[in-house]
Amino acid sequence: MTALEVQDLVREYVVREPGTSRFRRRRRVVRAVDGLSLRVAPGESVGFIGANGAGKSTTVKLLTGILVPTSGTVRTCGLDPVTHRRDLARRIGVVFGQRSQLWWDLPLTESFRLLAAIHRLPADVWRPRLADLDARLGLGEFLTTPVRQLSLGQRMRGEVAAALLHSPELLLLDEPTIGLDVLSSERLRQFLRAERAEHGTTLLLTTHDMGDVQRLCDRVLVVDHGRAAYDGDLPGLVRRVGAQRVLVVDLREPVDPGLVTGADLLAVEEGGFRRRYAFSAESTTAAEVLAQVSRSAEVRDLSVEEPDIADVLRRLYAASGR
Amino acid sequence: MADRTPGPYRALLGSRVRAQVSYRTSFAADVLANVGIGLSEFATIYVVFSRTDELGGLTVWQAALVFALANVAFSVADLLVGHVDTLPTLVRSGTLDAFLLRPLPVLAQLATSDVALRRVGRVLVAALVFVVAWPRAGVDLDLRAVALLVVAVLGGAAIFSAVFVVAGSLQFWLLDGREAVNSITYGGSNAAQYPASLYSGPVRWLFCYVVPAAFVAYLPVLVLLGEPGPAGLPAWLGWCSPLAAVLLWGVALLLWRSGVRHYTGSGS
Repeated sequence: MTALEVQDLVREYVVREPGTSRFRRRRRVVRAVDGLSLRVAPGESVGFIGANGAGKSTTVKLLTGILVPTSGTVRTCGLDPVTHRRDLARRIGVVFGQRSQLWWDLPLTESFRLLAAIHRLPADVWRPRLADLDARLGLGEFLTTPVRQLSLGQRMRGEVAAALLHSPELLLLDEPTIGLDVLSSERLRQFLRAERAEHGTTLLLTTHDMGDVQRLCDRVLVVDHGRAAYDGDLPGLVRRVGAQRVLVVDLREPVDPGLVTGADLLAVEEGGFRRRYAFSAESTTAAEVLAQVSRSAEVRDLSVEEPDIADVLRRLYAASGR
Repeated sequence: MADRTPGPYRALLGSRVRAQVSYRTSFAADVLANVGIGLSEFATIYVVFSRTDELGGLTVWQAALVFALANVAFSVADLLVGHVDTLPTLVRSGTLDAFLLRPLPVLAQLATSDVALRRVGRVLVAALVFVVAWPRAGVDLDLRAVALLVVAVLGGAAIFSAVFVVAGSLQFWLLDGREAVNSITYGGSNAAQYPASLYSGPVRWLFCYVVPAAFVAYLPVLVLLGEPGPAGLPAWLGWCSPLAAVLLWGVALLLWRSGVRHYTGSGS
């Protein structure tokens, strides 16, 4: 059994745009998803990353049965999401960061009551589940507040709880931390980690926030022009694009240690007391760079800067010609 | 709080009713406004028909019966499923996607996503007109008449409900077409309020066999009066509104299904 199985998935949109004459409109076919294949095992946690318009949200909609593929096959929890939409709905939870699935004019607690009724959950199942979600997400303080009056952080906690009330085996999150402050998004990530550890829930999330990927996902899928541009772990992605780490050394005396093989001198700062060396993991190690510097200069302090993940993406998208 | 979880539709409708009734002043104002609209529409009919002894073969009070029956049927349908034509709003807000992520049929969720209780105002006006018009229309209240009225109201409400679903379905293609489809729903309602004998041949045919508005009130009233229908509309059709409703619902559901397919992209 796989949680997700996608084979040669293609989805096209027809865009109508103004044509040559005033009354004629040109019909243009855009491929949002272009031959995507993917397998996700139960219990995995996969981060979907990619630029705007790379096809991430479209893929989530294809996986859940909101959209029908132009060609290719999708099996979510072993089911065809289009023909088994309602069976699938009982087994997956979906959160759209930019769209609410709660009843905006009712108190938050009413949304849970309605969802319990919709999923036909008996009271002795959903009440303890809600109490558990409440304890870990801290919903209590705003359970009786109408959804339209909630802050974004509160609403997202409500959305996630709503998607998990029926204890789905697969949780799909489309940009769950978009617009959240540092503390709110960290809290949400902690909750999702705990939920996954406890229930073995499979996670798939799309995001632009590399913090989400670093903290939540053991697998990264980079989508570009509707295709998988990379599928593997995060360190592998960093190696793949050849992003560089930086060794920062503070010296006792402002001397020049000369050429360091395998590393580039990025900058000399603090009047010669601080030097920054960039190196890539393939060509050398931090210890090797440090040893070379120490030969001719006494090192007082040092730090290693990891590659900025946004920079990794920038390199990746640039390489794909975006 | 009850220990048993209620069925999904009861829970959904219950939450809508509570939400509307909880704002008492605005709810009362809405009901009153609907009473006002109903009364002014009846006034139009009264003024037109009271100018002559007979128009389209009906006296003023017989026409009032047509108005009352048509209004009860339309208002009940509007109360239950009138919000189906808000579909474009639901598409834009993403609510339709949320419906697709729940284990219930989309149309059933849409129908139970609201209930326009304010329409009770129009049902009240129609009932009042009916009570006033009945003794003046010259019809006996026997078992057959009661049976016919029940059939006409249920069939009529089902016909207009199907018309609303047709109107909603069409908006999968015309995402800005609320005004256009209102011509079908409110246009059909208007057509049903007047005796079909007033319309010329092709129009009369249209409102009987395409949009079955004549089935809702005019034909049942003809049966009550024991009158033969005008050309092309035999009066016994007055018993057939449930049949017209079933046919129209068949069309409506097919159209709805292909609308959802158009939205998810498997159609067209």
